[in-house]
Amino acid sequence: MAQHQVNYASSGGLPVALTTVDKLLNWGRSNSLWPLTYGLACCAIEMMASGASRFDFDRMGVIFRASPRQADVMILAGTLSKKHAEFARRLYDQMAEPKWVISMGSCANTGGMFNTYATVQGVDRIIPVDIYLPGCAPRPETLQYAMMMLQKKIRRESADMKKRKLQRFV
Amino acid sequence: MRKYTPKDNVQGKAKYTDRFWVAPQVPRLSVDEDTHFTNVLQKVKEVVEVLDSYVEIGQLVIHIRPEDNIKALKTLKEDCGYAMCSELSAIDYLAQDGEFEIFYQMLNLNEAKRVRFLTRIKKGQAIESIVPLYAMAKFAEREMYDMFGIVVNNHPYLKRILMPDDWEGHPLLKTYPLEGDEFASWYEVDKIFGKEYRDIIGPELRDPARIDRYDTQRFSRVGHEVPFNANPDLVDKTQTPIEYSSDFLSNYNKGPHEVMDKRK
Amino acid sequence: MQQQPNKLRPFFENLNFERDDNTMVINFGPQHPSAHGQLRLVLELDGEQVVKAYPDIGYLHRGIEKMAENMIYNEFLPTTDRMDYIASTSNNYAFALSVERLIGLEVPRRAQVIRTMLLELNRIISHLFFLATHALDVGAMSIFLYAFREREFAMDLMEDYCGARLTHSAVRIGGVPLDIPDGWLNQLSDFIQRLPEQIKLYEDLLTENRIWKMRLEDIGIVTPEQALEWGCTGVMLRGSGIAYDVRKEEPYELYDELDFDIPISDRCDSYGRYRLYMEEMKQSVKILRQLIDMYSKTDSQIMAHSPRYISAPKEEIMTQNYALMQHFVLVTQGMRPPKGTVYAPTESPKGELGFWIRSEGEPYAYRLKARAPSFFHTGILQDILPGTYIADVVTIIGSTNIVFGEVDR
Repeated sequence: MAQHQVNYASSGGLPVALTTVDKLLNWGRSNSLWPLTYGLACCAIEMMASGASRFDFDRMGVIFRASPRQADVMILAGTLSKKHAEFARRLYDQMAEPKWVISMGSCANTGGMFNTYATVQGVDRIIPVDIYLPGCAPRPETLQYAMMMLQKKIRRESADMKKRKLQRFV
Repeated sequence: MRKYTPKDNVQGKAKYTDRFWVAPQVPRLSVDEDTHFTNVLQKVKEVVEVLDSYVEIGQLVIHIRPEDNIKALKTLKEDCGYAMCSELSAIDYLAQDGEFEIFYQMLNLNEAKRVRFLTRIKKGQAIESIVPLYAMAKFAEREMYDMFGIVVNNHPYLKRILMPDDWEGHPLLKTYPLEGDEFASWYEVDKIFGKEYRDIIGPELRDPARIDRYDTQRFSRVGHEVPFNANPDLVDKTQTPIEYSSDFLSNYNKGPHEVMDKRK
Repeated sequence: MQQQPNKLRPFFENLNFERDDNTMVINFGPQHPSAHGQLRLVLELDGEQVVKAYPDIGYLHRGIEKMAENMIYNEFLPTTDRMDYIASTSNNYAFALSVERLIGLEVPRRAQVIRTMLLELNRIISHLFFLATHALDVGAMSIFLYAFREREFAMDLMEDYCGARLTHSAVRIGGVPLDIPDGWLNQLSDFIQRLPEQIKLYEDLLTENRIWKMRLEDIGIVTPEQALEWGCTGVMLRGSGIAYDVRKEEPYELYDELDFDIPISDRCDSYGRYRLYMEEMKQSVKILRQLIDMYSKTDSQIMAHSPRYISAPKEEIMTQNYALMQHFVLVTQGMRPPKGTVYAPTESPKGELGFWIRSEGEPYAYRLKARAPSFFHTGILQDILPGTYIADVVTIIGSTNIVFGEVDR
């Protein structure tokens, strides 16, 4: 066996990469973001379109999952009504840490054009949001850009859950 | 003195109306010109009392008494071939007359003709359900109850349909404002976090043009970065002087810039 | 012992999930990938069989009817986009038609041709979307990808015309805002050249597919009596053997001049409805072909001339004082239709869509009721689901083709 023994520290030609644990974890997290299939209204159609053949979200490592327990990102695509608000919060609570939220479209950001009695005026009243995505409805390219911005954000964060909680506004 | 705004109708109002403006009326034709409608009206008249009838934009309109709605619709369904009820709902005339107007929009599939029944009920009066005749009323009457608070007798499951069960108020009443009342504005906060969290979350922001330069959580300025959640007055302004976006953009445009498009 | 809700552990259950009679209550939605939006079905199950179904809607209620009472007519038009958001133009059109009938307006012929084109293009977009999601729910993933590919071509056409992919607002009261851009008709004819081949591909993949037939045949039976009682329209009605299409029976726009057929199925099940959707797409292609020829025979006016209700064309507003004043009044105060009531039915891709408008001669509608087909198609679920198996629930919801922007409004 001795002939196979390799001294990693001394052999410079071998595939060794030195990095921080933070970067390694964040690299993994940011490149396999699995969003929850959480279609609320019109924006959900564009969310589906970005997952379908032309825009092909899969190439970014984004695979839609139907269960909140398997998802990392919640894309709130569409109008959140007051009747639905408690369910949105519950789904958010069911997602495992670390988790991120993209608020897609004007309705989710601020209530948008639906300045009425039945619409939550901005999902940030009930859920902490990482990325606000404007548009009514935002194009699939916009959603993909938002996902890339979220990846950037994740790479900047600390991988330590305790530190992460302090950084975030929950 | 503040301008008086009537409380019985808080919906959108014309900002200016000419003193001499008289709204025209959509032409109401006589029923005699259409043989099918004449027959229908004849059959309805045999069963119930018809208060008024005319043809408006190609559809027969019959005013009936609210007690007669089942009888009239039954005649229409069984004798005149009106197999489908397209829609039913109510209109709020409480401010003017203290009444609701209920309409039933009927369709005859063979003749492609439409008839509309209109009936008026007083506030607090109930109306008989038409579920035995048209199953669509299971949903449509629930919606009417939800939106206006009109009680429907003998409905199999009269419960709110669009709004949550614990909602207060009936949204389509003219007295209900578009933005909702106090209860509506705190509904989701009360439900999820509890009333004691109202102060932390704060009231809804419904002014679409609101800009607050001291709010560094939601707003940022071009040319002067303020850290998140910082007080903009305590930031060292000598380092980065505050530039308002208008100045910044006008200066930005004044500077010499090369013409990218060669055709210009 | 009920759990007491507190601020971080809210208590949501309002259902008793434990039953004495060996049935189980399950909660389907409001977030379910196959529920086509925010449908919540409370299903009572005996084994795998549904004993009782109770559709709970309202999770997308946005108060559109209330908004109509607080907006002038032109201001409200973009809101209608968000009702049936898969085929927005059909909503814009239904609203515009109601207001036009109320004020008695004649629309120029070129606008009619463009409107009919957009309506049929939207029908194709909507039916392709139905096919994609329905097939995905049943388990045919590749159809989803194929159908979305074709749909993107149609969306590109819509985008070239009006600039938006989803929320078009491409129909205005009194006409259309824009003429067709250069080369658009060529692109359209390319698209309708290509589409029948693709439809044939889908049909080859699905129509005789053993799994597809097993999942769809005799599932979701809607008897003709049920369909009439529940006010079903569109494919739900024609799938039950009753021939009624508003385009044929009460023609609007150019449908009385066009040559097309209305497919009917008397199978009453999901498979029949799937066949109807495929057939309707072919008919839409046929209609579009005729419209391309009609377009060249029209003159260039695209908005109706009616100074009391409709703003003058842009050139006149910029050059003539009176037109500018009229425009100012119409924008700031809004048009005032005459007193009266109107209900104008149209055949949207989902069924009969109409806006019931009561006008009191004010710039704001006194009451606007949107008669949405999906509302009643959701209601019928409580009658057709009992007796079916839980695996078929998804198929049945898919074949009713409901859109929740329209159900809850």
